[in-house]
Amino acid sequence: MNIVELQQVGKHYQGVEALNSIDLSLQQGEVLGLFGHNGAGKTTTIKLILGLIKPTAGQVRVFGEDPTGDNAYQLRRQLGFLQENVSFYQQMTGREVLRYFAKLKGCDKKQVSDLLEEVGLDHAAMRRVKTYSKGMRQRLGLAQALLGQPKLLLLDEPTVGLDPIATQDFYHGIAKLKAQGSTIILCSHVLAGVEKYIDRALILGQGHLLAEGSLATLTEKTDLPVTFSLQGSNLQLPIDLQANSSAINGGYKVQVSQQQKMATLQQLLAISSLENIDIHMPSLEDIYTHYMNDVQHGEHA
Amino acid sequence: MNAILTVANKEFHDGLRNRWVMSISLIFALLATGLAYFGAAASGQAGFTNLSTTLVSLASLAVFVIPLIALMLAYDGVVGEDESGTLLLLMTYPLSRWQLLLGKMMGHWMIMAFSTIIGFGLSAIIMGSFSENTSWSELLIPYTFFITFAILLGWIFIAIATMISASVAEKSKAAGLALIVWFIFVFMFDLSLLGLLVGTEGNVNAELFPYLLLLNPTDVFRLIIISFFAEQQLTGLMAVAQHAQFSTLSLILSMLAWFIAPVLGAIALFNKRKL
Repeated sequence: MNIVELQQVGKHYQGVEALNSIDLSLQQGEVLGLFGHNGAGKTTTIKLILGLIKPTAGQVRVFGEDPTGDNAYQLRRQLGFLQENVSFYQQMTGREVLRYFAKLKGCDKKQVSDLLEEVGLDHAAMRRVKTYSKGMRQRLGLAQALLGQPKLLLLDEPTVGLDPIATQDFYHGIAKLKAQGSTIILCSHVLAGVEKYIDRALILGQGHLLAEGSLATLTEKTDLPVTFSLQGSNLQLPIDLQANSSAINGGYKVQVSQQQKMATLQQLLAISSLENIDIHMPSLEDIYTHYMNDVQHGEHA
Repeated sequence: MNAILTVANKEFHDGLRNRWVMSISLIFALLATGLAYFGAAASGQAGFTNLSTTLVSLASLAVFVIPLIALMLAYDGVVGEDESGTLLLLMTYPLSRWQLLLGKMMGHWMIMAFSTIIGFGLSAIIMGSFSENTSWSELLIPYTFFITFAILLGWIFIAIATMISASVAEKSKAAGLALIVWFIFVFMFDLSLLGLLVGTEGNVNAELFPYLLLLNPTDVFRLIIISFFAEQQLTGLMAVAQHAQFSTLSLILSMLAWFIAPVLGAIALFNKRKL
């Protein structure tokens, strides 16, 4: 059974198309990255899966059931959600906030202490949320999402406002949850660093599905070039590579297709005056930019 | 049921934490004791005097203060959570909308009931201890009656405030609307009725006119208190009601209707609210 299943799902608000024929199926233990510009439909997708809104077309299934249906009550015990910019209750302590949510979800009280420790907030548990830093609030939010060991986690911009170390810690946490069998949807527009932790990416643009698949598939599909940056004095490039090169500060930049990568690398290494070489493989960011450019060109056409 | 109580309990503790409970109790205690002691100052004496005079004047003061406090307490109940993002989060929990809303209202009702009992109860104790011509047994029933309906009046305005909160998108709008509601029920309504009387030179349907008073919960509250202390001379707009001879029961029923309607209204509005 698929954990999440979207079939030709569309949603429009008073004439505005927020989502248009989206298909998605997510299996247990998968981590999906949901990417797109502001207003691309990421949050709408999340809300549909959470059952907060109903689709105007197609159907949404979570654990095989309608998330807005009669059984939604039971489904929600198995869901964890962390939204963007939640400020919680300022006057309550971290422990009190988590206790409140644990009670509402019907979880054991013992989980509260365990989760606070897990996200590294045990030392601040007795302090008011008002005094928390942005990162601490985000971690409290994550602890909240993990209450009741949810089978499906939806995280909307979980790393906004976190410093690089905290972001790293956060992604390590995600990897651990995946290892425990959780299915995770990660929604973000910060792309750097996410690649390693997601199995698949889904790119949305203006409510349409632009691309979907593993990073390897997407890299192949987009056929983005490999870029070599060469440094050295009086570099003489082989003739067949000159067409693909351009001068940069103190050397050349050479772009070739991914299939030619190894052959070109051998050619380049043979250049005698080469002092340094830097290889840039197409990243998630490049793939994303590629699809976004397509959307923009589509707009102008 | 459990979820409702969890929410209510949290709201009540917020009230204790924010000193709402303490402040409201203090205001009520000062108001009631002050009025009891200085109420007779106009007739040349200070000190605790006639109980029914005191409670009837307290009722006309309470209709200003209780709705204001109730509206201030509850106007941001829904819209405040929406602005901080917790409303969306709560809706992903195993908790239906009406449960959340009822829980919130119940928490606020508990704050109001608790503070009213403490505040007015305290003043009853002070009066009983220091007054020479009123005994404890004489105090008990009138004060219990008064406190019960003061609480109900507070609950009505908490439900109205929650209705406002569930229907607007911004906190500032909710605050503005709450203030308008207070102004209408506490000033405008009675003024308009008086205006109508004066404008038509009293030439209104004497049968129908008193029933207009039932359209305002603060007037119903005052009529209930007055009908309990029936020997009181009716003054001002309240005198109009003499013609109608409302029974205490019918007044209580109309007050209950005033309580149930906004509770249902708030739930209906909250169910329609977009997330």
